[in-house]
Amino acid sequence: MIQIESLVKSFGPQPVLRGLSLEVPTGSITVIIGRSGGGKSVLLRHLIGLLYPDAGRVLVDGVDITTLRGRALDEVRRRYGVVFQGGALFDSLSCHANVAFPLREKLRLPATEIAKRVDAALGQVGLEGMGAKFPAEISGGMRKRVAIARALVTEPEIVFFDEPTTGLDPVLVNTIHHLILDLHRRFRFTAVVVSHEIPEIFEIADTVAMLHDGLIAEVGPPAAIQASPSRVVRQFIRGEPDNSEER
Amino acid sequence: MPERPIAPTLRPFEAVGGFTIGVVDSLGRFGTFFGEALGAAVTPPFKVRAFIDRIDYIGYRSLLIILLTGTFTGMVLGLQIYLTLVRFGSEAFLGPAVALSLIRELGPVLAALMVTGRAGSALTAEIGIMRITEQIDALTVMALNPMRYLVAPSILAGLVTFPLMTAIFDVVGIFGGYLVGVRLLGLSEGTYFGEMQTFVDMSDIMTGFWKSISFGIVVTWVCTYKGFNVGHGAEGVARATTQAVVLSSVLILVCDYFMGSVLP
Repeated sequence: MIQIESLVKSFGPQPVLRGLSLEVPTGSITVIIGRSGGGKSVLLRHLIGLLYPDAGRVLVDGVDITTLRGRALDEVRRRYGVVFQGGALFDSLSCHANVAFPLREKLRLPATEIAKRVDAALGQVGLEGMGAKFPAEISGGMRKRVAIARALVTEPEIVFFDEPTTGLDPVLVNTIHHLILDLHRRFRFTAVVVSHEIPEIFEIADTVAMLHDGLIAEVGPPAAIQASPSRVVRQFIRGEPDNSEER
Repeated sequence: MPERPIAPTLRPFEAVGGFTIGVVDSLGRFGTFFGEALGAAVTPPFKVRAFIDRIDYIGYRSLLIILLTGTFTGMVLGLQIYLTLVRFGSEAFLGPAVALSLIRELGPVLAALMVTGRAGSALTAEIGIMRITEQIDALTVMALNPMRYLVAPSILAGLVTFPLMTAIFDVVGIFGGYLVGVRLLGLSEGTYFGEMQTFVDMSDIMTGFWKSISFGIVVTWVCTYKGFNVGHGAEGVARATTQAVVLSSVLILVCDYFMGSVLP
């Protein structure tokens, strides 16, 4: 379980997180929704140890990762898989080498085992035979799928998805969402998905948390969020313009 | 607690203090970055493949520009020094004058400036783009140290390639001086090379060698640091690249002066 307790983060005079608390149950898909620039990615970067809070804690199975540095933090990260917003594939490596990279460098597996697992991972995301291509030679949707394959190839316990469908067409959005759902059913990892794909994201979520004004405005199952009486939540889900915003 | 407003008369002191703190902070980061890179360079696992790739990137791909600039620098030196020496009837000293200028000063400095312009800028841009496209973050969250994969191999490659590039620059420069002095202006071949053997000794070569090693460290250190700490977007990468080249070039000349003063 991931527990976020009273997380506070400011950049200069600009507060982004104002004492945010949230629990991510083990084995579930928790989706964090909220407006662009609202701090979703900042929250995610705290969970993966790329940012440290001004105050508050992030507990991963009881271990406060905000106090960890160096090797101790790396030990926690070994349990992670992360899909970055732009994929973050290594430009200089082929898709096959990108997916193989964590197996070769993290797990130090033999070459035959790596080849087998990479082929299987690319197959799971529907990219059989595309391993020789370089990231610059494939489409945005394919890059996202390679990034998902790279994140999952080490069979992590916790996978973070930072806006995995941004910039994709509706068909690809659904394809990626169903891919995440399918892989989650197979591997039962704990997933934290940052997204603002409304309403498609409700189909894959076990829990939805609405981030607003640096705090979790509402958290619950998708049906409860969709039926929420909160104006902030309703405004976001319906995409209503700013002038009706609750303060 | 709200901050107390500062009296207008004290504001210049506040500005100076803020600037000083900023400079010290930057120097601290710069030093810590090098310490981390050094730590990654001397502890296993060693990234031999990345090191060889960087030698190719910094050294081998700079070879053509080194050959061209080295030859023409030697030719210019040969011509200008000959025209000066001939006034005093001392043209026999053309060989040692060209060789000493190249080996002690111009070889290490110009080779370093050329490699900075070609490979240093590319190094900053490459690492900068990896930073803004989250590739460095991807390495970090894979529990892999980006210093070990990107910075340490570059600094080690700088340590190896800069002396080699300098040696090549010196050799082709001396050959350029020979083309002008001997082939074009009629100085005897024996005089050109014979006097060179008399006047150039090992300490001159070692001066150039130590300079090139220090330039290799400075350039790769500055260029990787600037790439690693790039700002936002394409503009950030462009600014970091410019800063890396300018700062490296200035530091090469500053180091050259101080090392020239200290070394025999």
